[in-house]
Amino acid sequence: MSIFLTKDSKVIVQGMTGSEGTKHTTRMLASGTNIVGGVTPGKGGQSVDFNGQAVPVFGSVDEAVKETGADVSVVFVPPKFTKGAVIEAIDAGIPLVVVITEGVPVHDTAAFFAHAQASGTTRIIGPNCPGIITPGEANAGIIPANIAGAGRIGLVSKSGTLTYQMMYELSDIGFSSAIGIGGDPIIGTTHIDALQAFQDDPDTDAIVMIGEIGGDAEERAAAFIKDNVTKPVVGYVAGFTAPEGKTMGHAGAIVSGSSGTAAAKQEALEAVGVKVGKTPTETANLMREIMLSLTK
Amino acid sequence: MDLMEYQAKTVFAKHGVRTTVGEVVHTPEEARAAAEKLGGTVVVKAQVLTGGRGKAGGVKLASSPGEAEEKAREILGLDIKGHIVKTLNIVPAAAIAEEYYFSFLIDRANRNYLCIASAAGGMEIEEVAHTNPDAVAKISIDPATGVDEAKAREIATQAGYPADVIDAVAPEIVKLYEVFLAEDATLVEVNPLVKLKDGNVEALDGKVSLDENADFRHPEFAEFADSSAEDPLEAMAKAKGLNYVKLDGSVGIIGNGAGLVMSTLDVVAYAGEEFGGVKPANFLDIGGGASAEVMANGLEIIISDPQVESVFVNVFGGITACDAVANGIVQAFELLAGRNEHVSKPLVVRLDGNNAEEGRRILDEAGLAGLERVDTMDGAAKRAAELAAK
Repeated sequence: MSIFLTKDSKVIVQGMTGSEGTKHTTRMLASGTNIVGGVTPGKGGQSVDFNGQAVPVFGSVDEAVKETGADVSVVFVPPKFTKGAVIEAIDAGIPLVVVITEGVPVHDTAAFFAHAQASGTTRIIGPNCPGIITPGEANAGIIPANIAGAGRIGLVSKSGTLTYQMMYELSDIGFSSAIGIGGDPIIGTTHIDALQAFQDDPDTDAIVMIGEIGGDAEERAAAFIKDNVTKPVVGYVAGFTAPEGKTMGHAGAIVSGSSGTAAAKQEALEAVGVKVGKTPTETANLMREIMLSLTK
Repeated sequence: MDLMEYQAKTVFAKHGVRTTVGEVVHTPEEARAAAEKLGGTVVVKAQVLTGGRGKAGGVKLASSPGEAEEKAREILGLDIKGHIVKTLNIVPAAAIAEEYYFSFLIDRANRNYLCIASAAGGMEIEEVAHTNPDAVAKISIDPATGVDEAKAREIATQAGYPADVIDAVAPEIVKLYEVFLAEDATLVEVNPLVKLKDGNVEALDGKVSLDENADFRHPEFAEFADSSAEDPLEAMAKAKGLNYVKLDGSVGIIGNGAGLVMSTLDVVAYAGEEFGGVKPANFLDIGGGASAEVMANGLEIIISDPQVESVFVNVFGGITACDAVANGIVQAFELLAGRNEHVSKPLVVRLDGNNAEEGRRILDEAGLAGLERVDTMDGAAKRAAELAAK
């Protein structure tokens, strides 16, 4: 078991024939993901060879779904075309759309997120995220599959590289699923959504939650943990040294006035009993102690 | 990107919002000429990207061109919360009957849009929200349906705007929503939105933040960039396409991935506590990949910062494995030597992740002068802080 993505997931890649799409489709296939097709408007009917495996290209998501029964789409199309691509996937009834693209205008994200909400059937992860991996089963996105194997820790993070770092630090224990939700101001899947899913997943024993400056998602996650999460949660927050009013890489990573600070997030998490590490390594050690105590 | 008042009002005017852009000047003499041109009493307003201008003496009335020149001389060069006034906006004094507050913004929590409006305008909205929360209306906007005339009237009513201004204010609200959407703004704020004595409603001030992710469909945004206000190192980094933020410490930081770099800054500051409060000098995310060119450009920016005493390169080899990153670092040193630049500050490199051992071997074999390899993030941060403290 896992969250959102399993070995049975049938994955299509929107933008598979582009350079990033091709590179990461190769990697996703190598890690055992069941990739059933790619979508590139105007290139329907072609197929792409990935180390001897031919993957068909469809001209539309609708066609891909009809032909393959795809239920996950990973989106690599450039920011200009992301909104259209995601809306197409929603309209085709894809239940999970993972938007890797960085640099999507926030009004475009607001529009496709509202469309997904109205559809009532599509979950979006991202944009500007590394995607989700269920080690040993499937990988929808760009998380390197060789960092860590399967285990019983759930990981949710706003940051890609901190996801990789944390998986590496805890590779001796392994993960049920690891999900990078992205650091944009509007994201399709939040810390709370992932916490709920990990809480409900019988194969997850404990959760690492990585946050960063900007907004109040971590504070809201803390309130959610208090009322809804019984599994142990360890936290990490990046950006204590970030100055006010400066965007730190991720579009949403900004301290505005006194809101969105790392200190406030740490305080909110600690107030509900979440142990928060000072460094990624210390955070990993806190989680390791918990996992060791659970197996005793 | 935040716009100055006159830029925001220019954008408002483009969408038909009632406002007065007035004149934009940079010297007291120009202020006099502007006041002569406008005639009557004018307001001389400092153009700075921060609030609280009025309290800081950055907004003054002038009843004659001579007085406008005098006030301009007082305001130009003022330091308002660290922003030096270089530009003034001269506008005719308005006959104000009432002042309101109005804004549209991105609602991160609800993942849609939020309209904040209040009949109590002219002061800081945070202050109003604090002292009289009932006077501030927060209205959720569904991006799928947006704001039409009917929604605008609903907003105006909820905000507590007087019944006699609703007819005049509703069309302005619709046009402000158009600004919010069409300009890819993350914030459109009018404070104050005023009812004039003649009954018209006008945006007397404006604050607009634009989404830089939408630059590709707004070539006109380029002219709004205030290069004079930028830190020179930040400007240099921007020209090279690097994601760099200048800070005030002494450990130069390079890393891959925004989250990891933010974390690196914290870990350095944390480790620096035991060396008398050593702090990071910058944020610099070189992203994925292992391009020697990008690494060389990053190192070049960091060593041009005179405050930097040591450099910490913190790379996690994920998609791009450590051996490729190590080769990139070695080639970056060669590129810099070719540009007659030398890494004169001690450099601590932490390489971990995929193919870490091979990457470390490549670095060791290259024997780069001044480069030390420390294999854990916490250990490397400590060493970099220690070197900066020496």
